[in-house]
Amino acid sequence: MAHNNLNLKLKVWRQKNANTTGAFVKYDVNDISDEMSFLEMLDVLNEKLIVTGEEPIAFDHDCREGICGMCSLYIDGKPHGPWQANTTCQLHMRAFKDGDTITIEPWRSNAFPIVKDLTVDRGAFDRIIQAGGYVSVNTGNAVDGNSLPINKDDADASFAAAMCIGCGACVAACKNSSAMLFLSAKVSHLAQLPQGEPERKSRVLNMVAQMDKEGFGSCTNTGACEAACPKEISIANIARLNKEYLRAGLTQE
Amino acid sequence: MSFKHMFTSSVGKKLVMAFTGIFLVLFLVVHAGLNACIWANDNGLMFNKAAHFMGSFVVPRVLEIGLFVGIFLHIIQGYMLTLENRSKRSVGYAVNYSKGSKWYSRSMALLGTLLLMFLIMHIYHFWTPSRLGGIGAIQGLKTFELNGTEYHNLYAEMQAVFQSPFVVILYVLACGSLAYHLAHGFQSAFKTIGVHNKRYHAIISSIGYGFAILIPLAFAMMPISFYFNLVK
Ligand code: HEM
Ligand code: SF4
Ligand code: FES
Repeated sequence: MAHNNLNLKLKVWRQKNANTTGAFVKYDVNDISDEMSFLEMLDVLNEKLIVTGEEPIAFDHDCREGICGMCSLYIDGKPHGPWQANTTCQLHMRAFKDGDTITIEPWRSNAFPIVKDLTVDRGAFDRIIQAGGYVSVNTGNAVDGNSLPINKDDADASFAAAMCIGCGACVAACKNSSAMLFLSAKVSHLAQLPQGEPERKSRVLNMVAQMDKEGFGSCTNTGACEAACPKEISIANIARLNKEYLRAGLTQE
Repeated sequence: MSFKHMFTSSVGKKLVMAFTGIFLVLFLVVHAGLNACIWANDNGLMFNKAAHFMGSFVVPRVLEIGLFVGIFLHIIQGYMLTLENRSKRSVGYAVNYSKGSKWYSRSMALLGTLLLMFLIMHIYHFWTPSRLGGIGAIQGLKTFELNGTEYHNLYAEMQAVFQSPFVVILYVLACGSLAYHLAHGFQSAFKTIGVHNKRYHAIISSIGYGFAILIPLAFAMMPISFYFNLVK
């Protein structure tokens, strides 16, 4: 396959910490292989910055194979960049053309405060999970995996929701900074399994309460979250979450 | 969990929007149906009788109070929701993400504001002269008698109001706003009250788009019919 090198211009959001105001800084990056990942391209730039004595650009990443949800970046007006159903770490430079200017911004939401440059604190998601995104099981002998029959369609739907990696792109994409796609994935994952049944009502009520406390907005079903989600979590889960909420709210003591 | 808390959480506020929105959709069906009487081509007799029934019979009058409460809730909640949602992102993006969603789904408050402005004009044109006699007298709303009962001649009022091309254009533009507000709102409301089943959602979406086209079209045809003397 033809191999190309790209010369690019970057506009990167730089911000020292949560208490300072940031600004865009322009960089030229040259001789970038189009087989590199987007993060590798930033690594190349950072090495150059270190050599010249400048502060390297802070950005989040961990697995770099599209499964952990740690990478972020709002690239040219879309969370995780131009490709569909893809994380930033799996975005490759062949998505861009020689001479392109690429604008890189952090996730923007007051519930995700900026730590530094492109790094934001997504601890709010952890606290939402702590509020109910689990099943309580007393330990004992491991039961046989096949002793609990589960309808295949339900298992599949639950698994599709469990695909959510908690990256926060849905919040970044939403004009309301709503975390509903994330929350609906977590609630739909457990609401469709027998293991999730005992805590079904308290789970949805507590998780919604925590989401509101964290300062996310209200969903207005625009669909931007679904279009940006790297794991293609369906917006139908949000309707399911609404049903779970209504049912729990009406029948809880 | 109290009912108050249930309807004031982020999801609860959306439930209020959805329930009042669906109520307003039902109102539109009734309103469009009654107004369609103008096309009976009987010089407004059937229409005036229908309007008289709505204004004098207790059931529609009670429903009318519900309608005002519903509209009020919908508007207040709509603005509060929009302002609150905007406050959640103090620093915006340099490049906006507009590809993932339809422009009208992002512009519900703007479309709603256009509707509100229309609504004020509309109430001034027809509701106050008919229901609050005083203003009606100022406007000189005509009446006529039939079998010993006095009727407001709202048909004549429509004829008079829709002589102005300016008013006709405003009404038609408002119908456009309504169409887009409904194109998103109709299906969104059902998602909000929890319809996630794909088969039902597909049916609701189709009905929603059909409704969003047909109802505003019917309303837009009313001023147009009067202006071009298509009704007699
Ligand atoms: C008069 C001024 C009006 C204003 C200011 C207004 C405003 C709004 C706002 C801000 C929303 C929420 C946006 C969203 O959920 O995406 C909304 C939703 C909605 N509106 Fe209105 N609206 C008005 C009139 C109407 C009327 C006359 C109808 C009649 C059909 C209507 C039907 C709906 C529906 C069905 C929804 C969807 C609820 C949901 O998304 O859950 N609205 N409106
Ligand atoms: S729903 Fe999608 S976009 Fe949102 S956190 Fe989960 S994986 Fe990321
Ligand atoms: S770094 Fe793990 S998903 Fe991108």
